[in-house]
Amino acid sequence: MCNERQVDKLKSSNSKRINELLGKTVTTICGLLVIAIVIMIVIFITYKGLSTFLVNHISPIEFFISSSWNPELPPSDGGPKVGAFVFIYGSVLVSTLALIISAPLSAGTAIFITEIAPKWGQKVLQPIIELFVGIPSVVYGWVGLSVLVPFIRNNIGGYGMSVLAGSIVLSIMIFPTITSVMVDSLKALPFDLNEASYALGATRWQTIARVLLPAALPGMLTGIILGLARGLGEALAVQMVIGNTPGKIPTSILDPAHTMTSIITMDMGNTVMGTLANNALWSIALLLMIISLIFIILIRVIGKRRVYR
Amino acid sequence: MSAKASDKIATMVLYLIAVFIVALLFSLVGYIIFQGYKVIDWHFLTAPAETFEAGGGIGPQLFNSFYILIISMLFTAPLGLGCSIYLAEYARPSKITDLIRLSIETLASLPSIVVGLFGLLIFVNMTGWGYTLIGGALSVTILNLPVMTRVCEDSIQGVPGELKEASYSLGATKWQTITRVILPVALPGIITGIILTAGRVFGEAAALIYTAGLSSPNLNFKIWNFFNPRSPISLMRPAETLAVHIWKVNSEHLLPDTRQIADGSAAVLVVAVLIFNFTARWLGSYIHRKLSGHRA
Repeated sequence: MCNERQVDKLKSSNSKRINELLGKTVTTICGLLVIAIVIMIVIFITYKGLSTFLVNHISPIEFFISSSWNPELPPSDGGPKVGAFVFIYGSVLVSTLALIISAPLSAGTAIFITEIAPKWGQKVLQPIIELFVGIPSVVYGWVGLSVLVPFIRNNIGGYGMSVLAGSIVLSIMIFPTITSVMVDSLKALPFDLNEASYALGATRWQTIARVLLPAALPGMLTGIILGLARGLGEALAVQMVIGNTPGKIPTSILDPAHTMTSIITMDMGNTVMGTLANNALWSIALLLMIISLIFIILIRVIGKRRVYR
Repeated sequence: MSAKASDKIATMVLYLIAVFIVALLFSLVGYIIFQGYKVIDWHFLTAPAETFEAGGGIGPQLFNSFYILIISMLFTAPLGLGCSIYLAEYARPSKITDLIRLSIETLASLPSIVVGLFGLLIFVNMTGWGYTLIGGALSVTILNLPVMTRVCEDSIQGVPGELKEASYSLGATKWQTITRVILPVALPGIITGIILTAGRVFGEAAALIYTAGLSSPNLNFKIWNFFNPRSPISLMRPAETLAVHIWKVNSEHLLPDTRQIADGSAAVLVVAVLIFNFTARWLGSYIHRKLSGHRA
């Protein structure tokens, strides 16, 4: 009897130990898998993206500064031409404009939620903003195409499909991202700051502008960088409203443009794997990836400078 | 200007911004649903799409959206949960832990089109599958893994330390503590996270265009066989989702009723996202109430 019970006990402690080990191993593998996925993405995209330069011997300088894009032009006509500047310029222009529209609104909303009307802001406004995040990007693109583009064409000028349309659609899309990061960074400030400022006789706006905003600056910047990153990487919504004209640099915000993501979405399916036309698209994808890696480093550097946690 | 006057003006401006944002969202959602309301009926929701003629529906696309969502969540939920348990409970400050966090940040900030291209390379070309539902689902899994992990980790971190200590003091092992104390308490947050992530799958398009493809075979809803390409549950067939469909009808301009199709599809997507959001919120607080026994 006694022996059997001991055996039972041993068995259960054995299975306990196995469970212990199994749990730890499985969760560790999940963690390692994420690393593996990221390393694979970086390696594969880099490998494909470099083939334009290593296999097709296009000069990287031409890729970055030339604005003539015609990878299928035969050599007899002076081709192939692989200058991605139009797309880089288009992406940067549209994202920057979107940021200029969105960042002040985001900052205002974040301040409103945390400082002016915390109750109403957090119960009503914040869930509403989270809803913004959930709306699919093609829906933004479609509303942009069916409402904004005709509006611009009829009331402002140009074809409608334009840098302006792209920027406005994008600004609405990056707004929630920026706002929620800003809200978090304002919320993280200790309330002592408010009290100290009020005790010195400052008004609410003085407290916000001279105490809270400077203290939350690193967090606010993080929000802006994340917004910019999302803007540069957004593909379909922008592609639907921006007009997509290659080979021409927009001179006015009513001109159509082309972005890095839009050329990839449009041409990836029409080109054959391994050809220069296809490789050039992978190079743009590589550029997109490098940009988002740079942003991560930037955010990490800014994060370390945080004064209040 | 006196300090008081500028305080008043600033407050007014901030109120205006808040009102503007609320108005913008309501008019946006209202407009989409209103436009869609005119188009949506049973035929629209169930009929297959037409290629050149008017009067097509979105039946297969709607089905594909749900199916990809389910398949990808089968991968995303356990992987994300496992990763978050590791990060929240096992990980000690080390190079590996740092690397995992960095990887998650990287994955979270990668443009979805880049993830889609990676999917194209791996799940379409290297495997030789072509455009498949499973390829699309796996790509979306990669895209959603960081969100899932972060939400789960947050809710696990939120479990009070006393509960853990109490469990250890009763002689429970680490794994027992995790599965029987921590996870049940963190469950509302985890479920909210799963539903919100699922909502993202529903609306994703950029990562699916070149992985799940732009077409859907003529589905026969009488065949329920994983290996028959005409079966709705087949994993190895192209599967255009609803979000991709909106993009496709607009970029191809082949349909005379593009506008109606896109209006209807957009409304269905938005309504689905609203349902996901509200369910997540409601279910989260419901389970919390059930488990904790008091009103939240």
